Order: sequence, then structure tokens, then C-alpha cells
Amino acid sequence: MRVMLTGNEAIARGAYEAGVKVAMGYPGTPSSEILENVARYKETYAEWSVNEKVAMDGVIGAAYAGRRAMVAMKQVGMNVAADSFFYAVYTGVHAAGLLIVTADDPGMFSSQNEQDNRHYARFAKMPMLEPADSQEAKDFVRVGLDISEQFDVPVILRTVMRVSHSSSPVELGERTCDDSAPTPPLKRDPHKLVCTAGWARYRRPIVEARINQLAEFSETFPYNRIEWGRRDLGIITSGVVYTYAREIFPDASFLKLGMTYPFPPRLVRSFAAGVERLIVIEELDPFLEEAVRLMGIAVEGKAIFPAIGELLPAVIEQCAAQAGLLPKEAMAARRDVGPQNLPPRSPVLCPGCPHRSTFYVLNKLKYVVAGDIGCYNLGALPPFNATDTMGAMGASVGVAHGFDKAGLPDPFVAVIGDSTFFHAGVAPLLNIVHNNGKSTVLILDNRTTAMTGHQDHPGTTTTLSGEQGQRVDIETFVRAMGIEHVRRVNAFDVKAVEKSVKEAVAFDGPSVVIMDGPCVFIELERVPPFEVDLEKCNGCSLCFRLGCPAIIRTDKLDARTGRPKAEIDPVLCVGCDMCRQVCPRRAIYAPSPVTA
Amino acid sequence: MKPYNFLVTGVGGQGTVLASDILAAVGLAAGYEVRKSDVLGLAVRGGSVISHVRWGQRVYSPIIPEGRVDVMVAFEYLEGLRWLNQLKPDGTILVNCQRIFPVIVSAGEADYPNSVEIITALRNAVPRVYLVPGLQVAQELGNTRVLNIVMLGALSGLLEVAPEIWVGVIQERVPDKVADLNIQAFWRGRAVLAESALSEKTTMEVAA
Repeated sequence: MRVMLTGNEAIARGAYEAGVKVAMGYPGTPSSEILENVARYKETYAEWSVNEKVAMDGVIGAAYAGRRAMVAMKQVGMNVAADSFFYAVYTGVHAAGLLIVTADDPGMFSSQNEQDNRHYARFAKMPMLEPADSQEAKDFVRVGLDISEQFDVPVILRTVMRVSHSSSPVELGERTCDDSAPTPPLKRDPHKLVCTAGWARYRRPIVEARINQLAEFSETFPYNRIEWGRRDLGIITSGVVYTYAREIFPDASFLKLGMTYPFPPRLVRSFAAGVERLIVIEELDPFLEEAVRLMGIAVEGKAIFPAIGELLPAVIEQCAAQAGLLPKEAMAARRDVGPQNLPPRSPVLCPGCPHRSTFYVLNKLKYVVAGDIGCYNLGALPPFNATDTMGAMGASVGVAHGFDKAGLPDPFVAVIGDSTFFHAGVAPLLNIVHNNGKSTVLILDNRTTAMTGHQDHPGTTTTLSGEQGQRVDIETFVRAMGIEHVRRVNAFDVKAVEKSVKEAVAFDGPSVVIMDGPCVFIELERVPPFEVDLEKCNGCSLCFRLGCPAIIRTDKLDARTGRPKAEIDPVLCVGCDMCRQVCPRRAIYAPSPVTA
Repeated sequence: MKPYNFLVTGVGGQGTVLASDILAAVGLAAGYEVRKSDVLGLAVRGGSVISHVRWGQRVYSPIIPEGRVDVMVAFEYLEGLRWLNQLKPDGTILVNCQRIFPVIVSAGEADYPNSVEIITALRNAVPRVYLVPGLQVAQELGNTRVLNIVMLGALSGLLEVAPEIWVGVIQERVPDKVADLNIQAFWRGRAVLAESALSEKTTMEVAA
């Protein structure tokens, strides 16, 4: 049966069919739907782990234990997990296949950088497969696990957003796995599985020999294929870019690589010998191009195509036409019929978002803010403009500690969400406590991993598989670290939020404020929309500083101030009450009594 | 069978992704080779959403090449205007008659295009424009969430695929308890297409 699947759904299906027993990961766009779909197959244990490194160690353990395993994460997650997959290349997967899925984000739709994770394959010395569509995404899971077992090494499956979030027809197969077979006892082999320096040194030549054997394997790997066409132009490519190039150059010769590391040198050489002009079309870094050039073969790539951003069909067409690879008539004439300067639809905190009060207050207090990864990063944008730094998961807490020890004269706070706190904020908070730091950490506890689509984490009560999970109480947890000044505040009480932040910053010692309020997607007590008394409103604009999509600047001007008055969109307003609290003229009111 | 490149655009929460999923599945059921690609924003409410759906005999890329969109189904005016340059000069636009202000507009820092600007831009882009009262039809049916199926119903009137195929796929994709309502929405959408065509007369009316 052929069905439309996204790349992520296809990877999940592939894991099911190939008999994966354990799947772990941490949510991150564009990878999140992989595990969510694996969890629908009850034969596979699937979990959201605390972070990518924890997930990586978990699946390595499962492979050692003889169970096929898969881990999924976004491209920057691989940085967190790197410490662990590097050792797994030395130990080998031992008793069952292990597939590492990284979903890269060319174009940086939802990432802090545009790193090209193909480099990790070469860096860690493990093989890598790159699917071009959903059928390959599914097939490569099984192929990758087979390679993993044949060569005793973890295998990377690299997708990009356009593979993960695109759909194409997939032929479904059956699960080939005896789910009733018990897990065998551990095949104990400390000289292999204990990477102490003396023993790991014996594994080092094995790692090198193995990658050479894999290069040999890739020469005849069926998903590395030549499609002969016109001999005046030969194109080496892989992944989704192959699908773009195939349409733009329907008659050219192609070397389509399904395995992009290690490289099949003889296959490349024979392809190069069969064409007059050889080009590499690849997104981001010149990864394949450099490998070809190192072989002494004349090749063009980044001299024609950019290394930055998505290499979409339009970009390939324009660059190819400029380089004389494509007649200009082949391109659609560029049109100029769209109006200029249309207002953008930038992401904003949702109506009813609990984070709004924190950033309203931080904007007002003008404190220095070390930010972190999550929806609350929108606090960096207007009207809040509150966040000063943001770089990586958990970085806020460590950066604040650095401010502290460097003697920053400004008052400052770290702002981190609940899921991000568990992911990478715990260790730097312990570091503050132990090293007598005096930073203030605001933990915005909305009881979910909101930005990536509301996944569970240790502070929530249900696991990915829908079971009841043990909930870690953040307040008890941080008190147990020895932090004396810990406050929990209702995030929808703007005054209380302001008071708690000021007190925590003034406290002589490490302090934590937990801003307690659920994400609107998790728990929403919908009350009738609020209204504005236009007689009382004088256009003071304080409510606009909440950045709420439901608060509209009208064209009715106040007679005295000449400023526009506010109105509330009854469809968008969920009645969170924050605007009523900040209105100094009590012009905003709830149609029914509110107890706040 | 004629190949098609569809662009489905709208605002997060309008149901565009389900609509484009159904559109892709209909193509597959009708015997086309199909590719689809979504660009979604963060999981916050109110971002731009865009899907490419391609039906053809032989399709490789999930992305429609520059300027080769045959039909754009826009769930909101502004999200339609944003992508006009992607349409073929002889393309078709179906747009749901709805304005959703981005925050930058409700905050008074930017202007939403006015009716004349909208109509002029749509007319300049392609010869065939349909102003589909999708939201109004959905409201009449008692549930604004079926807007996406109303729009698909209208689109179906332009294509050769048998309506039974559409109905079958819709039945498969929507929850059982709202299946009947969605199928009603499909037929209502299909019925309003003809009267939605933007003519010289309606353009004059808007301008006046």
C-alpha cells in the first residue's frame, strides 16, 4: 500500500518495520515528529529524554543490550550528544544496530545556527546516509541498522527540514522482528566497552580500518547510483537537493549519493571520467566537493552555488544560468506583480501566554537579561526588547554566572523555561550554588515543552507513551540544591511577578523565582473576552507594551492626549487578566466578575 | 492528466496543513505522482503557514520551482498577496475573504492593504481570481473550523478529479463525529465557486 508520509513519519515507520525496540530523543524542530510517530507503534519503547546526551547514552545502552535502537534530534542536539556518540564509535554498537537521526535546518527556520552535521560523520568516523524523499527516509532506517550491525558502528541518518517536513508516497512493509524474543544477557566484553585510555587505544586502529572498509562498501552500495544522461554535464548530489536538480537538469548525468560518508572514490572517479564538466550541487558546506577535489579531480561547486541558506530550486536555477549551465530561456520569467512592503506576520507570544508578565516587567525594570531557548525568546522582540543574550540550551544560567563573577554592575537575571531548565539548566545552577554565585534565575514553568509542539519533560505528569510519569517539583528540587531564596509566583499576577523579581535580585545570594502558569495549549480556562471602556481609556499605551495580539490600537484618538485608544479582539482574547492589571485608568474590564 | 502545482497559504490555526494533506492524498488517489512540503512557524498561534502540493506524472521536488504555481489557495488576503510572484501568468487564485491582522498592524505600526489594493494586486497577477466567502460559509454551517474544507470544495470545482474521490479522502482524514459536517462544507464550497469569480463588475463595486 502506498500512502503519503512526511519524512519524519517515514523514519518512524522505518523504525517500526526494521524492528527498533528502543527510541529516544529530545524535541527540536524539524525533528520532533519522528519520536511522536514512533510512540504510536506500541512494539517500540519511545521516550522524550531529558536531553540529547541522555538519549544518546540510552540508545547506546539498548544497542549493547542487543535491541535495535534509534535516537532523533535536531542539528544542534548533536552538539549536546557528541560526547557520547564519539565513544560509541570506539566501542561499537556491540549487539544490535543503532541509528542516529539528525534533522538539519538549512535556512535556519527555527535554529540558532546553520551547522552542517555531515561533518560529524567524518569527525566521529561513522557512516552517514542522506535520504532524498520519504520512501528513502523509510528504507534508509533499515539499511542503516543493517550497516550498523554489519560494521559494528552507529550510523547517522541525516535529514534536512525539507525532507522531514515534506511528504511523498511510501510503500508500506511489515515489521520484521520477533517481539516475543526476550532480551539476551549482556555479552560482557570490558576491553571493548570500557573506553579507558589503555583499552581504547587498542580500538583506535579498528575505528580507522572500519571506515576504510565502509568506503569499500559504499562503492557498490545500491543507493549510490549513476544515472547517465548528457555527457557534457555531470552532477554529483544527494538528499533533497537531488530532487531539485533532477527537475532543473532533466537530461544531465547524475551521481546520486545515498551514503555521503565515507565516499566511494572509484565510483566518483569513473563518473568524473564519463562527463565533460563536473559539478557538485550541495546545500551548506562544500562537503562532497572537497572530497572530490582531494582526489585531484577538477570540479565546481561553491564557486557557482552559495554555501549559505537553503539551496532551493530558484537559487539553483539562477546560479546555474549565471554559470552557463542552463539556458536563460529555461527559467520562468521573474514576475513583479506582488505588492511591496507587506506587513510581516512575525511570531508573537499567544494571547493568554504566561510568559507575557515576565517580559513586561523585565522591559519596565530594564534589567540585563540572559535568555534561553524557547517561546520566551520572543521576549527579545518588540514590544519587550527585554533579552540581551541567547545562544544555546541552558546557556542563560551559565552566562548569568559569568556576569556575576565578572562583576557586571547592572542588575541581571537568567530566564529559562521548565523543559530547558531540566535539559541543560540544572548543572549550571548547581555550579552557581557551589561556587558561591549570586545570580537570579527565573524559571518560566509553563508545564510543557511549548515551542516544539508541547512535549513532556520531567516536570510534567505524562510520558511520551501516555503513561503516568513521576513529576519532579522544580521548587523542591532547587531548594534541595541549597538555594535559600526560592519563590513561586502566579505568572498571571503582574504585580507579584515584579515584586518577586526585584526581591530576588536584591537578595544577597543565589535566588530562583518560578513563574508558575500553564501554556494556553496545555490548560486554558476560557473566560469571556475583556472589554475596553473607551470613555476611560486615554491612549496611555501601557497595555500595548504587553505585546498581546488581542489588544488592538484603534484609530479613535483621545481628545486630550491625541493618542490612539485600545480595543480588545473578542475572538483572540482568552481573558488572562494581565491587561486589566496594568491599565492605570481601570478602563479594561471583565464582563463577568474575575477573581485574580 | 494535467499536472498541477498548488500553493496553499494561510495563518496558523486556519487548518491549511490538513487542507494541503487532503489535497495531496486526493492527487494520489486520482492516480497522480504527488509531492508536498510545509513550512510551519513556531508552535505559537498566528504565524504564516505555506504548503506546496504538486500533482504530476513524474515529480521529484517537493518544492514548486520559482514562478510555476498553477493554483494558489489563500486562506487569508495578506497571505495570498505575499506569494503573487510565484504564480504563472495564466494561473488561478482562490482566496478566502478574510483579513487577519498581524500584530504589527494591530499595534498600529504597519498598515494592512485596503480593499482596492488587494483586488488590484490579485487582478494584476492572474486572469482568474475567485473571492470565496469561505469563512461566511463555515459560519453558516455553524463551525468556523470547516473553513479549510469549504476552500477545498471550491478548489475541487476547478479540477477534473471526481468529487467522490474528494469526499472519500475527507471522510478518511477528519474525525468521525464531524465527517458529515465536513462533507457538507465540501459541497457548499463547490457550490459557491461559480458565484465567487471576480468579475469586472465586482472590481468596480469594491473600488467604489
